[in-house]
Amino acid sequence: MLLIRCPYCEEDRPELEFRNAGEAHIARSANMAAISDDEFEKFFFIRTNPKGVIFERWRHVHGCGRFFNGARDTVTDRFLTVYKAGEPKPDLSTLASSAPAAYANRPPDQLNAKKTAAKRTATKKKGEA
Amino acid sequence: MAKASQSATVQSSALRRPAEAGRAFSARGVELVALPPAHRISLRAPAGSVAELSKALGLTLPQKPKTSASKGTRTALWLGPDEWLVFDDGAKDPLNDCAGVAALHSAVGISHRNIAASVTGPGAARTVNAGCPQDLSLALFPVGGCSRTILGKAEIVLLRTGDEAFRVECWRSFSDYVLTFLTEGARDAAV
Ligand SMILES: [Zn+2]
Repeated sequence: MLLIRCPYCEEDRPELEFRNAGEAHIARSANMAAISDDEFEKFFFIRTNPKGVIFERWRHVHGCGRFFNGARDTVTDRFLTVYKAGEPKPDLSTLASSAPAAYANRPPDQLNAKKTAAKRTATKKKGEA
Repeated sequence: MAKASQSATVQSSALRRPAEAGRAFSARGVELVALPPAHRISLRAPAGSVAELSKALGLTLPQKPKTSASKGTRTALWLGPDEWLVFDDGAKDPLNDCAGVAALHSAVGISHRNIAASVTGPGAARTVNAGCPQDLSLALFPVGGCSRTILGKAEIVLLRTGDEAFRVECWRSFSDYVLTFLTEGARDAAV
């Protein structure tokens, strides 16, 4: 189970208490009626969905009930940081790299692999035979 | 006069029967008991109103996460930065005490929305942990510690009343599920 830190409860809590609430820092137009269809589409539907760090809204729904933001690596599910709603987007360069965690989530035989995945599989088969 | 006594008879025929009243289970090292009805309010207020509300309620509303404050039969539990659950096992309804407070707040009577159960004994923490994923070690969840959390699929409010004692509050519509879950948890904890 993931442990997620709630910036209001100031504690790591089990993920079952939380609910994801989509991408964070999506600016809503102050005058929705004035924006073009394209702009509305961008605001309403288009999300970055990155492979890597994403800024997300989370709600501690079965806890303090508060919405907050977090930066999560979508490859490893590791949270780089969490911060209260309304606080500015943190500068990722000041945060620790998520690379080690990304490697830690791979099976041991793929750690620091120099060969491509295809070659690794081939080698394995030879060894087994 | 005759009319009044007649209406009194009618009233007494509609007895209030609290959900899970009298329900209890005991296993080796765990006692599970549905607690009698209590007065409860859901209190929400900004920081600026806390002092005035504390004065009216007769206890200091806790402002630190996961903490509670007790005085007499009354307990206030921190649920969120501006939210408390206040319950009173005695005769005085905290809702009445808040009625005279002029400072901005919202106090909603939820006496009948919740039921409470006590889980006590050396296996109490293991019983609650059967469905609650929080760390219930005394270091992280000390006596007086409280939290809204989950038990299985139902939301509960958990208060540690002693080293080996918990009070579990849940919505009355979930009460059968929660008490059944705790009963099974107690059965497992006793093994
Ligand atoms: Zn929280």
